[in-house]
Amino acid sequence: MTAPGAVQGAPGPASFGLAGAAGREAIARSGRRTWRFGDFAVLAAFLVVAAAAPFVVSGSQLAVANRILIFAIMGVGWNVMAGFGGMFSFGHAAYFGVGAYSTAYCVVVLGLAPWLGMALGMALAALFGVGMSYLALRYRLTGAYYTMSTFAFAEALRLFTQGSEPLRRTVGFAVPVRQGSSLAHFQFPAGSPWYYWVGLGLLGLCLAATITFVRSRAGRFTQAARDDELAAAACGINVLRHKLWAVALSAAVTSVAGGYYLQYYMFIDPQIAFGAQVSNDAIITAVVGGTGTIWGPVIGAIVMAPLSDLVAGFLRHPPESLAWLAGHGGLDIIVYAVILILVVMALPKGIAGSWKACRERRSGNGARMGGRLATRLLSALGRRNGDS
Amino acid sequence: MPERAKVALATIGAIAAAALAAWWSSGSSVVLTQALVTGFLTGGIYSLVAMGLTLIYGVLHIINFANGALVALGLYLTLQCVGYLGIHPYVALALVMPAMFLFGAVVQAVLLNPVMRAPIQIQLLVTIGLALAIENGLLLVFGPNPKAVALPGNRGIQVLGATIELSRVYAFVGALALVGVFALLLQRTRMGTEIRAVAANPEGARLVGINTKGIYVVTFALGATAAGAAAVLVSPFTTIEPTAGAMFNLTAFVVVVLGGMGNVPGALVGGLVVGLTEQLAGLIMPSQSPLLAVFVVFIVVLFLRPRGVFGSSA
Repeated sequence: MTAPGAVQGAPGPASFGLAGAAGREAIARSGRRTWRFGDFAVLAAFLVVAAAAPFVVSGSQLAVANRILIFAIMGVGWNVMAGFGGMFSFGHAAYFGVGAYSTAYCVVVLGLAPWLGMALGMALAALFGVGMSYLALRYRLTGAYYTMSTFAFAEALRLFTQGSEPLRRTVGFAVPVRQGSSLAHFQFPAGSPWYYWVGLGLLGLCLAATITFVRSRAGRFTQAARDDELAAAACGINVLRHKLWAVALSAAVTSVAGGYYLQYYMFIDPQIAFGAQVSNDAIITAVVGGTGTIWGPVIGAIVMAPLSDLVAGFLRHPPESLAWLAGHGGLDIIVYAVILILVVMALPKGIAGSWKACRERRSGNGARMGGRLATRLLSALGRRNGDS
Repeated sequence: MPERAKVALATIGAIAAAALAAWWSSGSSVVLTQALVTGFLTGGIYSLVAMGLTLIYGVLHIINFANGALVALGLYLTLQCVGYLGIHPYVALALVMPAMFLFGAVVQAVLLNPVMRAPIQIQLLVTIGLALAIENGLLLVFGPNPKAVALPGNRGIQVLGATIELSRVYAFVGALALVGVFALLLQRTRMGTEIRAVAANPEGARLVGINTKGIYVVTFALGATAAGAAAVLVSPFTTIEPTAGAMFNLTAFVVVVLGGMGNVPGALVGGLVVGLTEQLAGLIMPSQSPLLAVFVVFIVVLFLRPRGVFGSSA
């Protein structure tokens, strides 16, 4: 092995010292990042700040906040599988729909509390996800084929639900309205901030589960398998088992979003629950925020969920010069689509991913220059150091 | 290849078994013939729609989720040609195909070429955004009301006891001819050779002086052209609305995987299999959506032959 090749490629014996230094640095850095209570401290701070939202906003803005929560839970769920597990799913509508329909069936047909339905939905979604992914991974579907299979499973569930009499075909389920507030029945008067608080609690639980998984041994193994499956398997990691754990967690989290959706909007039908748009929303949320980061999906939800509302609101009451735009259906989604395309083209790593990369680059430069303060000063002055 | 022959025999056997089951459950040979002929004719159209998808995947490695939206765009272009210019729907091919070629070229050059090296979810989201923009653009301009194109001289004819609209026969023949033209273009022209070279090895193709970005543009444009051509051919028997393409999106994915992604002749076989599956399933399980059977077939094939029924096993 020649020296330049050794430096750039896999570290051979000749470059051992250099690789050792790089390795020590990487270990030191990862050691800093694995301090798991840091993540939980951020989560606690986020929940405290976010819980105050109903005191600040109200009415239609609170409805947008609830949608942000649904998008965020979906995005967090998708991110576990795709961002940390490397399995690009285009069928998360399946898990969302299973969560929504399980909850609806328990509440409407069996007359049980929605919490039982949500728990059942989580179990069913995890089972379904593990079963399907086991088949897909067992038959070595990778890349686009894996993505296509997830899409096919979600579509098959939608068509099955449409033709299934016990699930009321295309009619769907409407949750019966109760008098007053009841946490046990997860039902509150319209516009009550309790929907938001309960949803925020669910998002907090989902985030806590994700953090625990990502920082755990199983989560590390999953990420190792994502980065290099062969090497991970060679190190003795049971790749299939860890991938299936990631799928189970991802499916369970996504199904929570379905249950919450049902209790908030009080209606579900096959298209709302299993339509391709649901999978789109989960992907868009996570990718815009940044895949493979804990907070990416939350940031993505905060950015993308209010977007179509903001645009629609703007178009309903446009300024004088744009008055001709008022009252045209479809324009809000066109603007949403254009913004989506621009965001993913400009920030391929997502908002959190780009921020993280930028920070790492800066701290790397800082180490070389002998001080972070200098980097910060330089960047404050607008003089960026080159990447290379 | 003996294995390929085995697979072909198994496919034909499965379709024959499904036909027998359909005959048994419907109890009428005329109904069965109708289903078989309709399935066969619809299958040709599915092949044409899927051909653009398979070409784009084979060369660019992008799953184009905007394929159905491109078909919808083609439908409305046909509608405008027939309505405003007053020309025969099939003459519209001469206008719609170049228009879609240009549209596809612009999309690739402006939106997709800059993200060709990005992870797959980026390209996927760009095509999803494009689909949303096209469908809602159509909604904005033409409104939500369904529209239709009338084909002069369209009537039903008798084929083996089944009644078939002439427009479907024309569409099938036209689709087969176009698939043939596209295949010839790929196999016999310099541009086709360059496209295949880029598909096989983009880096090597670039080193021998092929303009890979240009080839990407041409390939996506050809894919859009195929979607537009399919739109013209199905326009006489399709309800034209902004979301009309969604149906073609679903089936096109199945066809592409059945035929092997990136395999143009495979798309033809896949299209016929999907068309027949859909029609026969409608007879065997009348209460379920026929598409459910299509997806079951899809999933089974995906597991047993992940590179497609007639794809190479490597």
